[in-house]
Amino acid sequence: MTDLSSTDFQPIEAHREVHAISRPSQSYWQDAWSRLKVNKRALVSLYLVIGLLLFTIAGPWVWRVDPAQQDLDQMSQPPGTDRSALIVSDYQPWNTDGLNFGEGLAVEGEATTQVVKLKWDALPGANGHRIYRNIFPIGPERSYGIPRAEFFDNKVVTFEDRLDLKPGTYYYVLVPLGPQGQLLENYEVVEADVHRVTTIVEAVDRGLIDEDSGLQVGDEINLAFHPFGTDYLGRDLLARLMAGARVSLFIGIGAPFLFVLFGVVYGSIAGFMGGRVDQVVMRFADFVVALPFLLFMILFKIAFGIGPGESGVFPMLVALVVLMWPATARLVRGQILQIREQGYIHASQLLGAPTNYLILRHMIPNTLGVVLVTITFAIPSAIFTEAFLSFIGMGVAPPTPSWGSMSNEGIKTMLTTPHELIFPAVFISITVLAFNLLGDGLRDALDARMRNQE
Amino acid sequence: MWKYILKRLVQGIFTVWFIATATFFAMHNVPGDPLLNDRAVTESIRANLEAKYGLDQPVMTQYAIYLGNLVRGDLGISFTQENREVNDIIRDHFPVSAILGILAVIFAAAGGVLWGALTAIYRNRWPDYVIMFLVILGISVPSFVVAAISQLLLVNVNGLFGTTVLPVAGWGTVLHMLVPAMVLGLGTMAYLTRLMRSSMLEIISSDFVRTAKAKGVPPARIFAKHQLRNAILPVITVLGPSIAAITTGGFVVELVFAIPGLGRYFVQAVQQLDYTVIMGTTVFYGAFLVFMVIVVDVLYGFIDPRVRME
Repeated sequence: MTDLSSTDFQPIEAHREVHAISRPSQSYWQDAWSRLKVNKRALVSLYLVIGLLLFTIAGPWVWRVDPAQQDLDQMSQPPGTDRSALIVSDYQPWNTDGLNFGEGLAVEGEATTQVVKLKWDALPGANGHRIYRNIFPIGPERSYGIPRAEFFDNKVVTFEDRLDLKPGTYYYVLVPLGPQGQLLENYEVVEADVHRVTTIVEAVDRGLIDEDSGLQVGDEINLAFHPFGTDYLGRDLLARLMAGARVSLFIGIGAPFLFVLFGVVYGSIAGFMGGRVDQVVMRFADFVVALPFLLFMILFKIAFGIGPGESGVFPMLVALVVLMWPATARLVRGQILQIREQGYIHASQLLGAPTNYLILRHMIPNTLGVVLVTITFAIPSAIFTEAFLSFIGMGVAPPTPSWGSMSNEGIKTMLTTPHELIFPAVFISITVLAFNLLGDGLRDALDARMRNQE
Repeated sequence: MWKYILKRLVQGIFTVWFIATATFFAMHNVPGDPLLNDRAVTESIRANLEAKYGLDQPVMTQYAIYLGNLVRGDLGISFTQENREVNDIIRDHFPVSAILGILAVIFAAAGGVLWGALTAIYRNRWPDYVIMFLVILGISVPSFVVAAISQLLLVNVNGLFGTTVLPVAGWGTVLHMLVPAMVLGLGTMAYLTRLMRSSMLEIISSDFVRTAKAKGVPPARIFAKHQLRNAILPVITVLGPSIAAITTGGFVVELVFAIPGLGRYFVQAVQQLDYTVIMGTTVFYGAFLVFMVIVVDVLYGFIDPRVRME
């Protein structure tokens, strides 16, 4: 037996650090954020969404152009067209004395947006002539273009075209007329390269220069700058895209938030009450789900009635909320039913937690992840619905722009000025894509059960 | 099983009643007056007209008359087209929409199952990446843009061959239907591909597939007998709602391709505020969709014995 002293029976000091959690504890949201950060696709789409929101909210402060303002000199201009205009003197009637003929159909002098002067020699066998104008070369099918003038007299051999001239190439066709005024075969074509010109009076009138700017005939000025071009009424496309983004994103984000909120309240009441109430309440939701969605969107839209000068954004928002809430309600009810049976709820109940506390502290926060994912996926479908309805002319009323109605206007001139369709369509696609990818990322990050499924 | 079908049918009838009621009261709220457009309507003529259409009755009486007519299958006479009953309009134009819709659903379902299975089998290899990229595009690009682009493509293809390979617009032959049906089914196909992919991935790593492999079942047989048949089940469940989405989504395709379907007619009726046509078409479409969902659910019960047990 060894000697034991009383000092051997001292309690050893407890090393509390051993039991401490060495890593900082992470909340559910911190965990989700760290997962989202690793997902490159989701992160890029998150930046895209932020960029779109900036474009919508801050854009109009940077690009201060009125989306309703018409630029009559630049209608349907694609981006990057030449904006320069030569200042010329006011229009003077053409003095045709002493003109040189003998070269057939020809353009006299410079072809400008002010006037294109044509002269010709009477064609063989002609009893008169008709002048056509086309923006395309004349092919074998002989589509001459729009008729501009007709003369039943071979003595008239000059013509001044001043109708709605745009910078670009025009093809003028001279067709001889037979004795009965029928078209003869031997036509002539001349190409006219039209340059943009303006007069001082016109430029002052359009607000391009000041009255005392000191500019003279022969100087060059630049027309207003439109980075994305203009639409068929000469309105700035960038400004309209920004204004349209406000409408599209307001409906696209506002409606999902509202109907998800309503669905959460409705579904959690149904799920929590259970029994008879649950059955009645959810049967009503089943009815609403069965309504043919797009038909009722249109029906509600006309039922609300849009007065003159109203945009119809609000009725569309209400209609979306009225028709879309049941899906969320079903989802949340299912979640609540599951959570209600969980051990921690029973534990909380045993500890004497009141119902309010259970719902607010345990049930709603635990469904929040699923709800957030639902919202993210509801946004693209709401944006699609708005675009779709505006496209068939049942959405927001003109002149309020929305991406859908802009596409509708653009598709009519798809062949000649495709940029009017491309820009709004690309914006819709990018927005929908960004929210879809973000939704995928959020689902992976928030929903533990979906995590390994892709 | 029969009890289940009966139960679903009774539920369906109630749903159609709800749709009809919602349509009636929504239309009753529409500002304006069906008799407003007639010129030189004196007080007495107006009263006569109102009496003829029952517009002088209280709302609930009108509702009762409306429901009574509906039960008898009488949807009324068009307000804007002379001597044309709503039933005639539906009879003339619905088959067009239905054929287009059926083709689109077949295209979407076949494509979705095929592409989804392919992506799952070739997971994280290039077929997977290519198809999933196209799927993302299909989900993000609005149908009217796809319709416009495909029309433009058709014009160019026809121009290249010098003859009409496929007609750009219109209706009549099978050739007219192909491209519109593809455009109409594209969004649903993309959605079904994603669904099929995740369901297939789950099946591939399941125990019974591993057992089959261990037994030495040839891969083609595993694919056909075990994987495809099980993975296809979730696709069938969403087919009902997909049919709904496709038939009502037909508006745009019908407008762009100039197809004389019911969707285009509905849009026209809304623009002209043709009350009876709007109401009739909505109730008809609603009833059709409810019926389709029931059919798909019952079908599902036959395919998957587990559902029948419930």
